[in-house]
Amino acid sequence: MTDKPTGKPADQAPHKGSSLLRRYLGPLGILALPLMLGGCTLPSFYGFRGATKQGHDSFLLFSGTVIAAIVVGTIVVLLILWAVLRYRRRSDEMPKQFQYHIPLEITYTVIPILIVLALFGFTVVTENAVDAVSPHPAVAVKVTAFQWGWRFDYSGQHVSVLGETTQDPDPVGLNGRPCAPAVDCLGPGLVMPAGETTRITLVSADVVHGFYVPAFNFSRYALPGVTNVFDFTVKHPGIYRAQCTQFCGLYHALMFFHVVALPPAQFRAWLRSEQASSQPAASHPAASVASSRQGSPAASVKAAA
Amino acid sequence: MTLLAEHPAVLHGHPEHHEGPTGVLKWLTSTDHKVIGLSYMITSLVIFFIAGGMAILLRVQLASPHSSLLSLQQYNELFTMHGSLMLYLFAGPFAFGGLANYIIPLQVGAPDMAFPRLNALSYWLYLTGSITMLMGFFTAGGAAAFAWVAYAPLSSAIHSPGAGADLWIVSLLLTGFSAVFTGVNLVTTIFYLRAPGMTMFRLPIFTWNMLVTAILILIAFPVLTAAMVFLFADRHFGTHIFSVKGGGVPVLYQHLFWFFGHPEVYILALPYFGMVTDIIPVFSRKPLFGYKGMVFATMSIAALSTGVWAHHMFTTGVVLLPFFSLMSLLIAVPTGIKFFNWIGTMWRGQIRFDTPMLFCVGFLLAFLMGGLTGVMLASPPIDFLTHDTYFVVAHFHQVLFGTAVFAGFAGFYFWFPKMFGRKLNEPLGKIHFWLMFIGFWVTYLPMYVLGLKGMPRRVATYPSGLGWHLLNQVASLGSYLIAISFLFFLWNIWTSWRHPVAAGANPWDAHTLEWFTSSPPPHHNYLKLPPVRSERPTWDYFHPDARTISHNGRRNGHVKVGAEVGSTGGSDQ
Amino acid sequence: MKIEASFLLGVAAFFGVVAVGYWFWSYEPAGTAMLVGTVLLGFVPGSYYYWWSRRMKPRPEDLPDATVEQGSGAIGTFPGSSIWPFVLGMGLFLIVLALVFGAWLLAPGGALVVSALVGVTAESRRGGTV
Ligand code: HEM
Ligand SMILES: [Cu+2]
Ligand SMILES: [Cu+2]
Repeated sequence: MTDKPTGKPADQAPHKGSSLLRRYLGPLGILALPLMLGGCTLPSFYGFRGATKQGHDSFLLFSGTVIAAIVVGTIVVLLILWAVLRYRRRSDEMPKQFQYHIPLEITYTVIPILIVLALFGFTVVTENAVDAVSPHPAVAVKVTAFQWGWRFDYSGQHVSVLGETTQDPDPVGLNGRPCAPAVDCLGPGLVMPAGETTRITLVSADVVHGFYVPAFNFSRYALPGVTNVFDFTVKHPGIYRAQCTQFCGLYHALMFFHVVALPPAQFRAWLRSEQASSQPAASHPAASVASSRQGSPAASVKAAA
Repeated sequence: MTLLAEHPAVLHGHPEHHEGPTGVLKWLTSTDHKVIGLSYMITSLVIFFIAGGMAILLRVQLASPHSSLLSLQQYNELFTMHGSLMLYLFAGPFAFGGLANYIIPLQVGAPDMAFPRLNALSYWLYLTGSITMLMGFFTAGGAAAFAWVAYAPLSSAIHSPGAGADLWIVSLLLTGFSAVFTGVNLVTTIFYLRAPGMTMFRLPIFTWNMLVTAILILIAFPVLTAAMVFLFADRHFGTHIFSVKGGGVPVLYQHLFWFFGHPEVYILALPYFGMVTDIIPVFSRKPLFGYKGMVFATMSIAALSTGVWAHHMFTTGVVLLPFFSLMSLLIAVPTGIKFFNWIGTMWRGQIRFDTPMLFCVGFLLAFLMGGLTGVMLASPPIDFLTHDTYFVVAHFHQVLFGTAVFAGFAGFYFWFPKMFGRKLNEPLGKIHFWLMFIGFWVTYLPMYVLGLKGMPRRVATYPSGLGWHLLNQVASLGSYLIAISFLFFLWNIWTSWRHPVAAGANPWDAHTLEWFTSSPPPHHNYLKLPPVRSERPTWDYFHPDARTISHNGRRNGHVKVGAEVGSTGGSDQ
Repeated sequence: MKIEASFLLGVAAFFGVVAVGYWFWSYEPAGTAMLVGTVLLGFVPGSYYYWWSRRMKPRPEDLPDATVEQGSGAIGTFPGSSIWPFVLGMGLFLIVLALVFGAWLLAPGGALVVSALVGVTAESRRGGTV
């Protein structure tokens, strides 16, 4: 998958003994597994494993819940199929007209309550982790969504990046080459340091937009009248495509942007070069990644892109 | 006319007694709930086919990246209209204006709805509301293109100028009033016009669910109407309720809308749960398992559903996440009860798979997956990674299609003989089911994957090279299969119209009161009534030896049945 | 009547609890206002039903072993066919369209509404066309 960073140490190293745990803990235990094992062995279910610290937490909750849902779903499907196949009409005999079985009904009320409360517990823990903002972010970026594009202002740095869907200043596609139809372009780049915390302050200049980076497992509305603040700690350098998810009018489908996570030193170099060049709206960061390839960590970024 | 129950047979001794107008005039002037119910049903099915046609256009467009079949503007108008027509004008009205209107008075043993003329007015407001919304396509700026939710400020006069948007708003005013009138009518009918012995806890579950739905309508629709009035005032009368510039609060719109919108989802679902709950016992030849649990489950779903509105606003960053997440998760509990009760009803039954029952099983499977993914979405961190992606599109179609289409057509196939006195063709019905069932899964399963791969919803086009192409292609193929399945449905209707096969009063050996009267029922419904001693009066009457027993073997009910029917005894037909 | 009353009062009670909980947890006014509205929606008719349920004998439909004969007598008055709901509907249609296409539509719309109101009143007095 194009958006994934190359190195994923966390995804390797399968754990021994997990099957033992699973056997003793049952379906509820499976829910608890992600926290115990750090999710090393959890399947991705087509989702992103989360390229940020926060996004990875969400991924663990997601994957654990999918497993629980599969367990519950399988049980119910089997019950349905059994009833449907086993009790097909075979004769005109009158079945027993039973209607209530209180103990059974109580059981299947109580068990779902327990499952749901467990999920709620994990939810609260995860959402607090995901929404937590650090007191000392390394960089602060103000993101302004507008019809139809994005503006990224680096607070106190006099650097800003602006990209409009209808006139992309530097149309580059996923493969790093110029893109022909607008729909294959990446849009403006939001550059941030990998391994450090970036504070995003999200606002909208007109209607509601959705700031969504799939690989980060995170989305938040850019809502007029509301200022949203959240943190990303990108784990590995890379280019992550992103786009607006909340329908915002005619060009909503083309409202792309992308996140470029650079190693901190390169990030600062990029910031300095942007400050130096007088025009605020800018050179394409993806290009800068591409230009400094030899031997640098950015080479792996390029390979991923 | 003041209706006396004393000698209803004398009042309506001969069918010609009621010499109301015929032809077009009959449809314009009738206050009979059966005629109005049919008008509703036919209109909403037409809407369903229009909106379904739009869905196919959308799917053709999305079958490949960079598609240029539709322009961005056209796509935006079409998906907005598809969603709006399906939700406001098909799924709801088909259930509470159509089937419920026809069936509820029959199920409770009433001669008509409590307010027949108000009922007729509901229909006219619904019809004109539908016309109003569709008129948008014929205005200069085109139809509304701000999604079925019309979020402010995208729906403001600046961002969505043009008459199409205004027509969309006033259309909701008309249909909103129509829904409220129907709600009042249903509640009053159920509270005041029941047959002797038909206590609240003997009401068929469909009736129970419609009662609860009607209450939800009364809670939710006035809020929608208020939101629409505010929106219109912002657009034309210079107010600034939802615009930041004048000191308004855009997010207030979302609160108002979803305070309506989430209960609305259950207004669309509960009637269909009710249909399924009435149908499964009939084809299993058993009473509903856990009747009382079912009633309380319905009530708790409805109650909780009014406290979860902001789960659609998790990503706004300004709502109380734990409150809304907990309330939403808890809905899974009564929903689970329903599932186990449905399964318990089939358990050790003698299940016959006629078309309505097949559709019920289709519903169970569809709604199971839709429900499980719904539980996932109730958890804010998971919502953060799926919100406004195709994951959500897959989720709500599994629920809405599962209810409004699978369960809705189960109800349609089930009650068709009652409404028209004719049978539908079984093989054609089964082909319809299987094609639709396969098409359904082929359409929506890939959408979950698309969402997880990051494809946002409401996009008219998408980039190549992201692995989205093939999945979209498969989804489109599935949707064509669904479209084809409906040709068999139409063929079936055609067949029964041209070559009628008489159905008789009770073709399914069913349980509830409506199957006691003739098909179609006479004016004012009943010439005579059986005694009501359980929630299965018709069954009790025909199977006096097969009464309900509870798990400890005791018989429920205490009066002998079968001896005392009306004054004449025996069933007609 | 008792179950009907407690059903509506139950709506009021449940949303009363939710409204209080929601307000003190979130201090968010819009949602709280709507929840309070919902409490009233259950409370107003519910208390009316409750008042009546204390004062009337159970109706045949409230009795588990009522016979069909017990239900005899007047059920209610049901109007026959009537053109007026249609006329009223068309009038309201035009009035609503006036919001979009211009005030001139108010004239025919208003005329239809007024005639429907007059018509339906007269019809109710006559007993309708059955
Ligand atoms: C014939 C089968 C159907 C197909 C192929 C289909 C397809 C679609 C498509 C392609 C979209 C647009 C997704 C997007 O661009 O975000 C959509 C949206 C939607 N559909 Fe369907 N649909 C079908 C049936 C239904 C039914 C039965 C209902 C409801 C009862 C429904 C309700 C909706 C709603 C509410 C939306 C969202 C509109 C919005 O985002 O504003 N659909 N559907
Ligand atoms: Cu957008
Ligand atoms: Cu909802």
